[in-house]
Amino acid sequence: MSSRFLSSVLLVAAALMAMAHRAHAADRVVRFCVDPDNLPYSNQDGRGFEVRLARLVASEMGARAELVWFPLRRAFVRKTLGAGLCDVIPGVPAAFERVLATRPYYRSSYAFVSRRSGPGSFDDPRLHHMRIGVQLVGNDLAATPPGHALTRRGVVDNVRGYAVYGDGPAPQRMVDALAAGELDCALIWGPQAGYFAARAPVPLEVHVVHAPADLDSVPFEYSIAMGVKRGNTALRDALDAALDARRADIRELLAEYSIPTLPQPATRRPT
Amino acid sequence: MRRNVAVLAAACITFFTAPVAIAATDGEWPMAARDYAGTRFSPLTQVTVRNASQLRLAFSFDTGVRKGQEAAPIVVGDTMYVVTPYPNYVFALDLTRPGANVKWKFDPKANASSQGVACCDVVNRGLAFDGGRIFLDTLDTTTIALDAASGKELWRTKLGDITKGETVTMAPLVVKGKVLVGNSGGELGVRGWLTALDAATGKVAWRAYSTGPDRDVLIGSSFKPFYAQDRGDDLGVKTWPPEAWKIGGGNVWTFLSYDPELDLLYYGTGNPGPWNPEQRRGPNKWTSGIFARKPETGAAIWFYQWSPHDLHDYDGVNENVLADLPLGGTTRKVLLHADRNGYLYVVDRATGQVLSADPFVHVTTTLGVDLATGALRYNPQKEPKAGKVVHDICPASPGGKDWQPSAWSPRTHLLYIPHQNLCQDADTYETSYIAGTPYVGADLKIKTGPGGFRGQFDAWDPVGRTKAWSISEKFPVWSGALVTAGDVAFYGTMDGYFKAVDAKSGKPLWQFKTESGIVSQPVSYRGPDGKQYIAVLDGVGGWAGAVVSGDLDIADGGAANGFVNAMRDLPQYTQKGGKLYVFTLP
Repeated sequence: MSSRFLSSVLLVAAALMAMAHRAHAADRVVRFCVDPDNLPYSNQDGRGFEVRLARLVASEMGARAELVWFPLRRAFVRKTLGAGLCDVIPGVPAAFERVLATRPYYRSSYAFVSRRSGPGSFDDPRLHHMRIGVQLVGNDLAATPPGHALTRRGVVDNVRGYAVYGDGPAPQRMVDALAAGELDCALIWGPQAGYFAARAPVPLEVHVVHAPADLDSVPFEYSIAMGVKRGNTALRDALDAALDARRADIRELLAEYSIPTLPQPATRRPT
Repeated sequence: MRRNVAVLAAACITFFTAPVAIAATDGEWPMAARDYAGTRFSPLTQVTVRNASQLRLAFSFDTGVRKGQEAAPIVVGDTMYVVTPYPNYVFALDLTRPGANVKWKFDPKANASSQGVACCDVVNRGLAFDGGRIFLDTLDTTTIALDAASGKELWRTKLGDITKGETVTMAPLVVKGKVLVGNSGGELGVRGWLTALDAATGKVAWRAYSTGPDRDVLIGSSFKPFYAQDRGDDLGVKTWPPEAWKIGGGNVWTFLSYDPELDLLYYGTGNPGPWNPEQRRGPNKWTSGIFARKPETGAAIWFYQWSPHDLHDYDGVNENVLADLPLGGTTRKVLLHADRNGYLYVVDRATGQVLSADPFVHVTTTLGVDLATGALRYNPQKEPKAGKVVHDICPASPGGKDWQPSAWSPRTHLLYIPHQNLCQDADTYETSYIAGTPYVGADLKIKTGPGGFRGQFDAWDPVGRTKAWSISEKFPVWSGALVTAGDVAFYGTMDGYFKAVDAKSGKPLWQFKTESGIVSQPVSYRGPDGKQYIAVLDGVGGWAGAVVSGDLDIADGGAANGFVNAMRDLPQYTQKGGKLYVFTLP
């Protein structure tokens, strides 16, 4: 047997194996848990950058994205990844301990949203008399970082809270209230602030805010990653590779959804 | 197990004051607490301290539902009615037949999404019977009337909205033709209410909110609170930052009691919510307190706030047991209330005056109750604050006692209190995420309290203001209590023992191992054969047992609001269940 013949056989075999691999990959399904009513992330009607991102990443992995609709509220990790309902939650803080997180694919911060010339920092004296909206999150004792910043300054009586539960996403209700003149400004997590402000019926400003110096234990900026079940390093690594390969597309997607982003800090696994 | 026996004052036993009007015949158990006074006292006498050791299983019945079973079975005539956690099935069991076979089963077809909304397992705390009808509250906030004989649905009324976080888990009470129902969901910013429905038609007669303007709270000219801090216009608005009352909590999610002579309803309100206490300055009325109201109109008569501006998730919803006690040389109409904040209150139920308030567990969060002003004195060192580490917050968020109802014996004059012994640390702060919003929350870790045990079953003497005796248990005692005229007290444990003890001394008499842990309310009734029966459901769950019923990860101590940290070993002791056990003497 000539060495030339042998290498031909090997080439054919390699091609066959590659085809088989591709065929297998096309059957592969990655299940993403997404909220049915939580723009800009996802909506059951197909809108949402996490919906698009799930499809993008899955196709890069040679797989098909299956969307599992589940409200990402109290105990959502246990009820989704924990219950085996899906494989991936497309957006979680990179430092979220309840999942195994990929490398972050964007970073954002809380933001002031207002009509023209609204506040851009917690040192603005107008905060003491403006009608301010804040998001209410989670359980007792929990507040959003800007909520804590306001109470530290004694800004309480002019603050209105918007609960997670209600008709549509809380940030949408807050931006509606701004547009209707019921609020003077709102403190909203960046992706939600950017998306809803850009789509409001009146022009609104978005000012990304940073944690005031007196509140260093409560970060305002968060790096966002995808999350898989703890221990599933194979899937995490595959997602990391796909996110890396489609970095430019993801940047474009975030811009399309008006999401304000910040540079990742130098550390490898930022909080 | 440890047992401390104190000598009882003989006077306590010899007094016999009539319990507030028992509507039922003595062998029945027509509502969760058996009577309007909320005593959970059975006048049956066949089972005694002498013969309790001979109790044997008469029959059992598997409900097929494997979530936390917190309900009391009810018994009227020859039929027992059992309600399960979501999906809230109702079974009618024919007690005249050997093995008590199913007469009918009702499936309310409750909305499955309500399971994701309920905070602490998908429990139901019981049914009520009145005028030939069974009243059922489903988790998805619907009240349903059934024909008790056939199980046929007579009417249903939707009272709330699960998309806003509302659920219903409490046991209804029927007074003067009105079904009284309250909502759950304070953690989610749900505004609490109590609603009265016409028992015949299901039409809403009135609704009293726990926050907001006086007209919403049904506060009018007949409102005469005992303490000055509860007097004034629209305190349900003015004691909050503007508009915060709209999402202020004060939910009504356990039991009500009723005094027919004074014609007053009593019930507690849940903690204020849902945010950080720093964001809701003020006393946050009318949360974490107790209302007395007129049943016809709902008009508020008095209010007292157990925990003004609650800092620790101390709901004020624990049951109010009505008793007439010899105090200061006269007989006083009082109510007894073991609060989550760790104090056992004796309150004049006509006026709302606090007559005494004594700690029944280890308390570090407060320094006592000022009886002159009614004020709870907070300990500033244990105040939670963002970014601040606070250790040894006692009692922990579930309180010195949670929902699990106590029992009162008019024979021993002792209140039998099932409760927990837990503290907590607000230790580290971790990144959290909810509905796409990141934040840093306190990582609450609930832990065993002093003494190294997590639960207790106490007999409390409200006249002497002391513990008569106390039994320590490994796990929180999350079941209700039952006491009988045979002077036998019953309770269940989370590791699955149903126990009978001497009501006077606490001496153990009998126990039975169930398949799952017990977090339900035991009852006693007279069967068609004339014998006394004791019934209880197993099926561990609820907030304390969610680690088993919800398959929580024991490595995740922060799960169930930090309760898993204290319950990591429970899965080694028990498993899911949902079975009725009925015992009698041979």
